[in-house]
Order: sequence, then C-alpha cells, then structure tokens
Amino acid sequence: MATNAEKDPISGQYTTGHEWDGIKELNTPLPKWWVTVFYITIIWSIGYWVLYPSWPTLSGYWAGTLGWHSRTQVVTDIEQAKSAKAVYLSKIQDSSLEDIVKDKDLLNFALAGGRSVFNENCAACHGVGGGGAYGFPNLTDDQWLWGGTLDDIRTTITYGIRNTNPNSRQSEMPQWGGGDPLSDDELSNLAEYVLSLSKKSTDQAAAQKGLPIFAERCSPCHGEAGEGSQAVGAPALATGIWLYKGKDLKAQKAEIMSQVKNPKGGMMPSWTDRGIDEATIKILAVYVHSLGGGK
Amino acid sequence: MSILKHHAKIETNVVLLMVGILLTVIIGGIVEIVPLFTITETIEKVEGMRPYSPLEQEGRNIYVREGCYVCHSQMIRPFRDEVERYGHYSLAAESMYDHPFQWGSKRIGPDLARVGGKYSNDWHTRHLTNPRDVVPESIMPTYRHLHHPLNYDDITANMETLRVVGVPYTEDDIANAKEDLVAQATTDASTDAFLQRYPKANLGKKDKTTDQITEMDALVAYLQVLGTLVDFSTQKPDSIR
Repeated sequence: MATNAEKDPISGQYTTGHEWDGIKELNTPLPKWWVTVFYITIIWSIGYWVLYPSWPTLSGYWAGTLGWHSRTQVVTDIEQAKSAKAVYLSKIQDSSLEDIVKDKDLLNFALAGGRSVFNENCAACHGVGGGGAYGFPNLTDDQWLWGGTLDDIRTTITYGIRNTNPNSRQSEMPQWGGGDPLSDDELSNLAEYVLSLSKKSTDQAAAQKGLPIFAERCSPCHGEAGEGSQAVGAPALATGIWLYKGKDLKAQKAEIMSQVKNPKGGMMPSWTDRGIDEATIKILAVYVHSLGGGK
Repeated sequence: MSILKHHAKIETNVVLLMVGILLTVIIGGIVEIVPLFTITETIEKVEGMRPYSPLEQEGRNIYVREGCYVCHSQMIRPFRDEVERYGHYSLAAESMYDHPFQWGSKRIGPDLARVGGKYSNDWHTRHLTNPRDVVPESIMPTYRHLHHPLNYDDITANMETLRVVGVPYTEDDIANAKEDLVAQATTDASTDAFLQRYPKANLGKKDKTTDQITEMDALVAYLQVLGTLVDFSTQKPDSIR
C-alpha cells in the first residue's frame, strides 16, 4: 500500500503516493456515470440469465423462462416468411403456367423469385443468366434437348435427367465404339457428314461416304436431316449449336468422333427430390422460359 | 461499498493476486468444462449417421490438407437465409465423426455442409480441375494436382487412430479398409458388402482422366456424402433440440 497518498490541492483528488522525479500520479476514481452503467449491465445480465438459455448444469442447461430456442426460432422465421409470400405463392400454385405468364403481377413475382432460385441451384452448371458451358446446355438459345415450352421445362426441372428418379428423363446414346465398332476412317467420315449438316464440312467427298452410316445408325433418333428429337432427347445436329463444343472446326470434329465412340450423357438432379416445392419449380420454369429460348 | 475498497490489497500483493486469478479460472473452467462430460443431449440422436468410408476419409484428409476450410465452412446456422439457401441447419450429430470438425468461421466460398448430391461427379471433377470452366465468375484456385494417384497405404492406420478418439469403426471395417476403398473408387468391383458397411456412399470412378484411383476420386467421394446421411423427413425440431 502506498503510504504517501496526499490530497492534490488543484484537482481535489488524492494521489497514488508514487513519485518519480517530482512527478506525482493522481488516483482519480472512475466517472460516476460509467460506474452506474457498469452495474446496470450486471443487473441486466441477471435478467438475461433468467429469461434465456444460459447456465450449463450437470445434466443439461437452464433453458430460460421464455422457452426461446434458436432452432424453434428459425422454424418460426421460415413460417413467417412463407405466410408473407403466401398470397403470391398460393396464386402461383393454383394458376397454370400460361396464366402466370399472362398476369403481370404474378409474372413479376415469378421472375424475381425465379432468378434467385436459379442463381442458387442452377447457375453452377447452366451459368448465371443461363448461358451454359461445355456439357451443360445453354438455356437462352432456341435449341432444346427435351422441349422448351413452359410445361416441358417444368417437367425437366421437376424430375431431372438421367438420375435415379423413376420419372426422370432418360436417354442413352448407344456406344458405337462398342459391340459393332466403326473403323477410324468410318468414324471420321461420319463426323464429316455430321458437320456437313450444319454446312461446316470442309471435305464433301468424305461427308458423302459418311451419309450411309448416318442413315443407318444415327437418323432413327437424330432424324434424317439431323433435326433431332425431343421425344427421345436426341440433340439436333444441323443447327451448329453443340453441347460438347470444340474451340475450332478440327476440335469440333474430334468432339463428334469421341461422342460417337464413347458417348457422354449429362445428368441433372430431380429438384423435387432435392426439396424444392411445386410453386417454386413453377416460378423457376417461368424464369428459365423467359431467358430467351422459351417456346 | 467498503468491501470494494480492499481490492487495493489484492492488486498490490503478487501472491494474493495469483491465488485470486487461479481461483477465478478454476471456477470458470469447472462451470464450462464439466457439463461437456456429463450432458448427454448435446449430440442429437439421429438415424443414418455412419463413420466415413475409407475413400471418403482419404478425401477428407485431402480436404484438410488443401485447406478447403480456409474458404468453405461446413456449418449451416439456424437462420432463415441460411436454411433457405443451403438446406436444414447442421446438427452436432452430423460432425460427431469429424476429427477435427470443419465448421469454419469464414465463407469466401459457399457453405459445403450439404453439398453432397447437389452437383454431379462430372461437375465436381471439372470444377476442381478449373473452376472457371463451369463457373466463369469463380475466384477459387485450380486443383489440377488432384489428378495424381492417391496414396492410401496408411488408411488402415488412419482408421485405427480415429477409433482411438471415438469413431466406431469395427474390426470388420478396418480389416476390409483397402478392399472397400478400391470397391468404392472403381466401377466394376462388387459393392454389396461395401454398401452394407457404408450405406448411401457415392460409387464409381469420378476422375475419368486415368484408370488409377486419384486424389480427385477421394475428394469428390467425400464431397458427395456431405450432409446426405441424416434423413430429415423423419426429424422434428422438438426431437433434436
């Protein structure tokens, strides 16, 4: 204990009793208002302990007299948000897709909601804005693998493609490099012919040699002129729009040959199986339809 | 108030001060730590949780090695915005076999607690090889080096170590570790016994660039199981509080 504490005549406070080279230190107490607030916070915390979950005990914890719990709070929050949107969502639930597009109010709601659902769930593959990527279809152009009407889009989103859902869209291109293989020459001629369908072939003679192979093996699904078939999910080959796009003509030919030899088939999840409800899928279908390619 | 004036005695006596600090820390420690050993309800009783399969565990080791947790958390907090974006909030039970857990406190990338099944295996391998190929605006680094062969010589020892800290691997699990790892990572192997041990595991070759089992295979297998094990259609908020 400092024993030399003395009263400072100027400030009226006591000093601590320490002295360094003639300099003394004032022992000014904390301001009254600060001390008061400090004690109030302590009293406040006692109220908090009583009302909210706080102390751990040996077999559990003090749950608080209000019964508040973050896990029940989040359920309430979600319910509240749902009921706030209920006016629109129930209208969307009850309206046909065509009616949603016609009703300006519902359309605006669907486009705004669809955009945020799309960006969270679909953009990873189809790109923000639906531009697609290698192996992931572009949703903004006029070419559709499984149909581009509102209803087709809804079905595709609901059940997905090539997944385990029994209603998912299924198609599998046969592996022409397998049981009845094509020779490398035949493969090259066939690819040349496929390129010629979109007027991209540079070797008409080879393309002509590819024609009979195409007619025999490919046209049943892809159509005689490569127009494709949405019923079996066979892409159109005559439009120059490629799902597996090469960076130039040579790379594109290699892509076609590789697809004939070892077909790839992308998969898309069933979004009902992933927990998206019917109304949300509807607004998503309306949004995708609006991206530019909707039929 | 007079008692408060005596605090100067503690402040000016080193021994008294140390004893005081020690007592305070002991009391605080007991109150915070002891309940952790006596409360049984911290980890919810849910169905479906199982230890990681050997391949998933190898993938998890790569996840930790590559520092994925620096940008990705694995904990969906019980807030509306998180639940609507990522799915059901995370349960303690879902990370009870994680040593160490990957909850994380920083999200430069999205939360991964329920990323399993959200994207296809093909998407994951392409995304890890070069994220810009599938997400043009992504700032994630490339992980091309994961196409290297996976070294899984130590998987048995790894699982035995995890058992010491409480992961319930059986003798059977450990004896079959290497066979299970190969069965999950290749396309042709018989997987009945494997799926018996590790239900819902993601099967098949993920990395199509080589026939060898690569680190990519392991990491994707791990990512594809995240958050998929508990069946939330049978869980009610009250039963998991």
